[in-house]
Amino acid sequence: MTAFLIANIAPVMFVTLVLFLLSGFPVAFSLAANGLLFGLIGIEVGLLKPELLQALPNRLFGIMANDTLLAIPFFTFMGLILERSGMAEDLLDTIGQLFGPLRGGIAYAVIFVGALLAATTGVVAASVISMGLISLPVMLRYGYDRKVAAGVIAASGTLAQIVPPSLVLIVMADQLGRSVGDMYQAAFLPGLALTAMYASYILIVSLLKPSALPALPPEARNLREADGSSGLASLGALLAAGWIAAWLFKSVYLASAKPDLAGDEALVYSGVIGVLVAYGAALANKRLKLNLLSKMAEKVVLVLVPPLALIFLVLGTIFVGIATPTEGGGMGAMGAMMLALANRRLSTDLLKQAMNSTTRLSCFVLFILIGSSVFSLVFRGINGDLWVEHLLSSLPGGQAGFLIVVNLLFFGLAFFLDFFELAFILVPLVGPVAEKMGIDLIWFGVLLSVNMQTSFMHPPFGFALFYLRSVAPKQVKTSDIYWGSVPFVGIQVMMVALIIAFPSMISVASKTDMKEQIELNIDMGSDIGAEMSDIEFPAEGDSGGEVKPVFSSEPATN
Amino acid sequence: MSFFLSLSKFIDALNERIGLAISWALLAAVLICAGNALVRYLFNHSSNAWLEIQWYLFGAIFLLASSYTLRRNEHVRIDVIVGRFSKRTQVWIDVCGFLLFLLPATALILYYAVPYAAESVRSQEMSSNAGGLIVWPAKVLIPIGFLLLTLQGISELIKRIGFLRGLVDASAFEKQQVTPKEEIEAIAAANRLSGPTPLTTIAKEA
Repeated sequence: MTAFLIANIAPVMFVTLVLFLLSGFPVAFSLAANGLLFGLIGIEVGLLKPELLQALPNRLFGIMANDTLLAIPFFTFMGLILERSGMAEDLLDTIGQLFGPLRGGIAYAVIFVGALLAATTGVVAASVISMGLISLPVMLRYGYDRKVAAGVIAASGTLAQIVPPSLVLIVMADQLGRSVGDMYQAAFLPGLALTAMYASYILIVSLLKPSALPALPPEARNLREADGSSGLASLGALLAAGWIAAWLFKSVYLASAKPDLAGDEALVYSGVIGVLVAYGAALANKRLKLNLLSKMAEKVVLVLVPPLALIFLVLGTIFVGIATPTEGGGMGAMGAMMLALANRRLSTDLLKQAMNSTTRLSCFVLFILIGSSVFSLVFRGINGDLWVEHLLSSLPGGQAGFLIVVNLLFFGLAFFLDFFELAFILVPLVGPVAEKMGIDLIWFGVLLSVNMQTSFMHPPFGFALFYLRSVAPKQVKTSDIYWGSVPFVGIQVMMVALIIAFPSMISVASKTDMKEQIELNIDMGSDIGAEMSDIEFPAEGDSGGEVKPVFSSEPATN
Repeated sequence: MSFFLSLSKFIDALNERIGLAISWALLAAVLICAGNALVRYLFNHSSNAWLEIQWYLFGAIFLLASSYTLRRNEHVRIDVIVGRFSKRTQVWIDVCGFLLFLLPATALILYYAVPYAAESVRSQEMSSNAGGLIVWPAKVLIPIGFLLLTLQGISELIKRIGFLRGLVDASAFEKQQVTPKEEIEAIAAANRLSGPTPLTTIAKEA
């Protein structure tokens, strides 16, 4: 018995973990209990040194001192504040009016707003509820197909998972030992591509079955001029004015005053000037009642600019490398509060609610992390990582075989588990194997994140579907919601396949140098971080994002 | 049993208070973080103490509020299978879980964390970063957090045994879920502050 246990302790531990998790007891404590149980067994049968468990408190301290994880509460808080401060409603309203006259216009508006909200929050619930509340009744009233309407809302809501600053990507980066900034940058293009694919699907449906996605009739377009015209010309003029201002600033002022400015920086500054000009004009038009601009032009600019500014503040500063993701999150949360305050929608109640929800979310996320690090400490101690590696690297088909199996596994498990569990339990197991196979971990992380996005759309447990069900009017059947989400899950699978087929889609130009520079500047907890990632990832010597030479145990390709 | 039930009530109230109070630390962390970033960008100055206080606060949040999260039953579960069982069976599983998983785990972590924190206090450990903070208060948070968690585990256990004996209502430990309806009301309340918008009016009529 003991001999059998010693020989097979890793598989036994893993199977026990699955049973523990299925017991339905909170994941965090099941993980920790499993780790500690096998830690004690391992010490008893002499596989582990008694000192191993003494490393636990230091592990916990390492999690506390991990600066990156701070981004989780910050982005959650930011999302909750924005959710409750009515930004989604304003956007849906205005963009719905703008696109409404097109066939399928409201669906495009939902996708566009979904992507925009995704770029401001890291959480899914917010956008699905708002869109379900506002757009769904409008779509139904004007004869949209119920399945398409429900599907497009659920799917657009889940964009928050893949478009930075998503929580998934933070956790992924942390677990794979890569920088969050790189992960964000790499996920940007796939996020946009997904948005485009959703929109193309709507376009195809509207061509094949025009009655499923009618345009808004004239009486529903209430953002119009007194004479009934749409006011689009005025919007075009305003945008052109902004563009000209930006161009003038760039080619006249910047070219003479600061000729040595880097190209993209000049672009950013002149972009800001252009937007400010348009915003200023719209604001002046509204406040001074100038009536120079159409209602549409004024509203579109006034509603769109603040969230865009927030996105720029958060993502722009992270991408350019001015701010770490944590700082970006802090400033974003600050910006969200200021926006809510400016709209006179920030109350103490709202603040307390957002803080409380964020606290509880952070607790359960961090405790899953604590549980899983107890588990992985012991699992690695008994060489479980080698067992997993052996299992996965002996798959036929080398890299491709590995990727297909791992993706199928994640896709299947996503029916039952949500992404925190997948990311904390499975990613640290498959990550090192991927690295040894010569797979870039940033690319791998984004691939898995796109895959895990489906876990929100899978019938019947997908969170997005659940939220949508709860806000959808009765005439929308649950089966409508389920079937409506199927094409979008299909799009998601296509996207995973595309990323595997064309790896260059995800630009993994490593900015790690920049990140390290920032860390050196603030010189904070770096030794603890390094120590922790050493334990976490034995292969974590190369912080340069470069791929290590393929391990000698390269799988046989048969 | 009535002694245990009042003990459980006391623990619940204690952890609820701590949890609610500590969530203010989040606001502080946000302000400090944004402040740090601005100061660093504008004046090219950064202080390790101010950087460290951010994660001290976050550490305090998740360690001290975890018991509150447990009290609210918001630690994630995988209830795909268990969700089909009867309420009583589920509570039995929970009783076993608290006895076999949570309490032994927190006890063992406490067993290792107490000497770890005590050593840090004894040596008056300081941060290794220049101008950093003292480290021991952060390390002491670990045993305190796990102690609160152990207490809450005991309280949850008492409540579930009470339920099995018919003394406690299930609402005492069930997740107080924010229903979508409350969510909708909250959003609506926020919007009322600024008046209706065109599409929302249509949405309401529809």
